[in-house]
Amino acid sequence: MNLADWVVLLGTMLGIAAYGTWRTRHTEHLDTYLKGSRSTKWGTIGLSIMATQASTITYLSLPGQAYESGIAFVQNYFGLPLALIIVCAVFLPIYRKLGVYTAYEYLGKRFDAKTRLLGASLFLLQRGVQSGVTIYAPAIILSSVLGWSINLTIIFTGLLVIIYTVTGGSAAVSLTQKWQMAVIFGGMITAFVILLTKLPVGAMEMAGAMGKLQAVDFSIDPDRRYTFWSGLLGGLFLSLSYFGTDQSQVQRYIGGAGAREGRLGLMFNAVFKIPMQFFIVMIGALLFVFFQFQPDTPVFFNRVEWQRHAEGPEAAKFRVIEEKHRALHTAKQEKIAAWMTVRNSGEPAAATAKSELIAAQRSVDAVRKEAKDAMLAADPRAKVKDSDYVFITFIMSQLPHGVIGLLLAVMFASALSSKAGELNALGTTSTIDLWRHFRPLAAHDEARNVRAAKWFTALWGFFAIGFALFASFAENLIEALNIIASIFYGVVLGIFLVAFFLKHVRGTAVFFAAITAQALVIVMYFSLSISYLWYNVIGCAACIVFSLILQATLGGGDRPATEERPAT
Amino acid sequence: MMSSVPPDHSPNHPPEDEPPGVPGFRSWSGVYLFVFGWFVLLVLLLAIFTRVFA
Repeated sequence: MNLADWVVLLGTMLGIAAYGTWRTRHTEHLDTYLKGSRSTKWGTIGLSIMATQASTITYLSLPGQAYESGIAFVQNYFGLPLALIIVCAVFLPIYRKLGVYTAYEYLGKRFDAKTRLLGASLFLLQRGVQSGVTIYAPAIILSSVLGWSINLTIIFTGLLVIIYTVTGGSAAVSLTQKWQMAVIFGGMITAFVILLTKLPVGAMEMAGAMGKLQAVDFSIDPDRRYTFWSGLLGGLFLSLSYFGTDQSQVQRYIGGAGAREGRLGLMFNAVFKIPMQFFIVMIGALLFVFFQFQPDTPVFFNRVEWQRHAEGPEAAKFRVIEEKHRALHTAKQEKIAAWMTVRNSGEPAAATAKSELIAAQRSVDAVRKEAKDAMLAADPRAKVKDSDYVFITFIMSQLPHGVIGLLLAVMFASALSSKAGELNALGTTSTIDLWRHFRPLAAHDEARNVRAAKWFTALWGFFAIGFALFASFAENLIEALNIIASIFYGVVLGIFLVAFFLKHVRGTAVFFAAITAQALVIVMYFSLSISYLWYNVIGCAACIVFSLILQATLGGGDRPATEERPAT
Repeated sequence: MMSSVPPDHSPNHPPEDEPPGVPGFRSWSGVYLFVFGWFVLLVLLLAIFTRVFA
């Protein structure tokens, strides 16, 4: 990194944070602090929703995942547009009509206090854990590549986001997210264009021949991780839970001048999310092609981790692996050249060249696996997943100065924007659903409520920093985030669907049904090996079925359910 | 115990059943139908993409 990179990186990061803090420094009304400004337009809401969902993991890990296994991950987003239509038509009008600050407040109005506390607690539990991952994920990768202290990176980004989120609340979050998304779009498009200029003719055909471009798989095999059906059904339930019941998203669209703004913001995401994710995974697939033509493509992309082993007591063993990889990589380049020459000449020459190319790729994959096995044998705690380092390796080695700073700003902007949305929601839920519940006399003291919300937001920020500093996370971070979400989301969605559509089911029945369903999902997760997306469906279905059974068993002894009843 | 927030009934609140205000769409059902059609088109395009390149 040179001076130009530092100017761009710090200028964008600090500039946006300072602008957000300054513009919202006089936020004193609880409504504005928790829901954002009344003048917020649908474009800002739409970008804010997008920014909250997409963290650094999306921009760093997803290209790496596509580099390794192709672009099939895009299918995970197939359920999203359908879920957003349902959220627009069912969830949002109810939240707006009741004027709630949190989704769980609605559960209190529809059921009872214990169900509201259960919903809020499940949210705080899973989102609180995830908030640590959100701040840790970019820090571990960027500090490793740039040689920064991981602890200082975590503390710096954590404190920066705490400052403007605590100062301006939801208004500051939406405002900064809009500009952070502008930086993200600008940076990613720039990187994509530069990547395109470095690719040979026939890059797409080559990525396809190497099995990286299968976007849709209609297979019904449940063992396959990404298929059209798991993406559509599992993705629908995951997205419905996330956008409909997760406060970090609900908070983004319940503000604004009217329901129209929130609805159009959601529809903006329904239209652009799949193309955006496709664009990101395509970067990964094209990076795969790019690195085929590089003479010095590393056997392992996390160079710091590799060097640790290559300079250790078994250095000779790692040197042999490196030499083997280099020879096989060169041999593969010859096969690529041969295939490129005959690829349009028809059968059988093209087919023969393609199968030789695939065989050469398998040999390289085998050496990469050998390298990872050797690292694990040398140190069982070795970090053997290097796909997160593919895109950052390209950024640091291929982009001009200034653009490197812009791409690093993309990574930090995405970390700050998703973190801010999370902190804002954690602070709001803690204030509205917990603090006000246990301190009912404070409910109408607006200034005291704002102060409490600020304190809770700051506390969750420090909790996330502490968690990121002291916890050890799963290596595959994007998977880890989705797995945690899938374990809890299904049950929470089940509670809300019962609330919306099964009017005769009451609080006690849904409360115990949700606890039983959650226990069932956790037991299944530790005893089965099905795709994690299915737990969204299972948890939701179990919660609904158990609610119906319990309500039939309990009969009508519970209080009558009505949406208009004040929460207790 | 009172822990709910009273709904905001301020007079400058626009009605919640307002039209989408998007050129070409008179109702929200039309918007939803358009988004659904867009989704089907995307899946179709991705399936064709897979067939051509994979």
